[in-house]
Amino acid sequence: MNTPNTYKISFLVLCLLLIICFFANISLGSASIPNSGILKTLIGNTENSFWKNIIIDYRLPKAFTAVIVGSGLGISGLMVQTLFRNPLAGPFVLGITSGASLGVAIVTMGASLFGGVLAGIFISQWSLVIAATLGSFLVLMAVLIVSIKVRDTMAILIIGLMFASITSAVVSVLSYFSSADNLQQFIFWGFGSLGNLSWNELLILFVLYTIGIFLSILSIKTLNTLLLGENYAKSLGVNLKKSRLIIIIATSLLAGTITAFTGPIAFIGLAIPHITRQVFNTSNHKILLPAVFIIGAIVMLICDSIAQLPNSDLTLPINAITSLVGAPIVIWLLVRKRKMMF
Amino acid sequence: MTLKDKHIILKTEDLSIGYASKKAKTIIASNINIELKKGELIGLIGANGIGKSTLLRTLTHVQNPLKGHIFLNGKNISEYLALDLAKAMSLVLTEQMASKNLSVFELIALGRQPYTNWLGNVTTEDSNVITKAMEQTNITNLKHKKCFELSDGQLQKVMIARALAQDTDLIILDEPTTHLDMYHKAYILKLLQKLAKETNKTILFSSHEIDLAIQLCDTLIVMTKNKVVTNQPCNLIKEGVFETLFPKDLITFNSDTGSFRVKK
Repeated sequence: MNTPNTYKISFLVLCLLLIICFFANISLGSASIPNSGILKTLIGNTENSFWKNIIIDYRLPKAFTAVIVGSGLGISGLMVQTLFRNPLAGPFVLGITSGASLGVAIVTMGASLFGGVLAGIFISQWSLVIAATLGSFLVLMAVLIVSIKVRDTMAILIIGLMFASITSAVVSVLSYFSSADNLQQFIFWGFGSLGNLSWNELLILFVLYTIGIFLSILSIKTLNTLLLGENYAKSLGVNLKKSRLIIIIATSLLAGTITAFTGPIAFIGLAIPHITRQVFNTSNHKILLPAVFIIGAIVMLICDSIAQLPNSDLTLPINAITSLVGAPIVIWLLVRKRKMMF
Repeated sequence: MTLKDKHIILKTEDLSIGYASKKAKTIIASNINIELKKGELIGLIGANGIGKSTLLRTLTHVQNPLKGHIFLNGKNISEYLALDLAKAMSLVLTEQMASKNLSVFELIALGRQPYTNWLGNVTTEDSNVITKAMEQTNITNLKHKKCFELSDGQLQKVMIARALAQDTDLIILDEPTTHLDMYHKAYILKLLQKLAKETNKTILFSSHEIDLAIQLCDTLIVMTKNKVVTNQPCNLIKEGVFETLFPKDLITFNSDTGSFRVKK
């Protein structure tokens, strides 16, 4: 039986684990830097500019990105699973990821179709981010407009999936006509990457992410009521349309901006809420939300550390690692408990 | 509000229920005038498809009436804010809850939502109301169980406790006895009777358990094809209302025992 006290202990352990993972993540990488050197660099007490470059400009923003990605995707997954009463839902069900990939596909592969001059302007670091944001934003708007008109939450789920199919069909058509180089660039974006963010980009991501987290905290009470079902929620005085809108906006802000900056990161949004429910054995969002936050960040930091293949020059695609690490965990947890609850 | 109306919790005036689309109105029942008094247990009975659910959906403001008005505590129900309505009327529905991973206490605590702060924190006062609701429904021993561990009968008691915790003058239950065995059907309805007396709340439920409803209810609302009749069960038997409930080829009503018999 879980009591408030055991929750407190679990949270304490998880916070410690998060801090350990954060520093482990910073200290591991292709270049081997001793622990004392890392500490010195972090407190600004070193002359070694090589270390400074690597840690301050690469590893530190990457670690922060990992925390944002893990917690943000996890929380958006938690919210859609409760909203759609479906343990299989993740941020992708609203078509956000596919919207982002459509935007990126148009920039990377469509540019050559539209002609030479434009192509030069189009393909830069920022253009991918903007395209992905626009893409996910457009799909989000479509889903929002539909969700205002449609009463049934399940219908919104299916409409989101339909948008996803339409966008992925357009992406296939684009890739069929594009050159090998452009196709490769698109595929690389699809691998996902945490390490491409500068401090400036990280700041923008952080601002949008904070708004999303803020909205999700505001939704905690409604999310708990939704565990009873929509009709009960209504009978308890919940304004369904408004709360649903807030939850969808929060999800889209979190998943949309994260996908825009780091590429599609599979699995985290679906799996973290399940892992958390198994650990805490509750459906109460007051416990789940902060727990998903911490566990998501931890898992993402671990996945990133693995993807860096410490002390080698290789970096594996993060998208593959999240699935390779996470899927077995979820299978193991579910087989052990034999129940898929949400 | 006149003195006579004071004990009336819910009242309908010339109510017509049904579905309205752009093209046509489908009237399911009309000219409904009912008064639900404080502390009464009221049963709503009628054949399948006669419009019991539509009536309940209209009374609970899920759908709008085609004509007429519904007054809850003397105020037109369409003028209520959602949150105020939640403090005046609580529901027990037939639909399964979305997640059964909640503990019994957590589930009943959700009944306090109209009163809790933005985060849904349960205060000591809320806790007391929840504890009392569990005592009144005899489920204190289930407090820490998860809902998926409960039997259908236990779960129904928990849902009733949740409605009690919502602390409303009126509780409406949609077919609370479906899926239950004969004993638990009687148990739940008997519990509702006890709660109406003890808490002085008005409890309205729809049911197919006509025999039990006749024995336990203070008032029955009987929906037949032509009209909606409200009266005490014994008067309804005298008036012969139950004979008109169903087609006469299979079952007949025995007014001496107050129950239906299969024709031999």
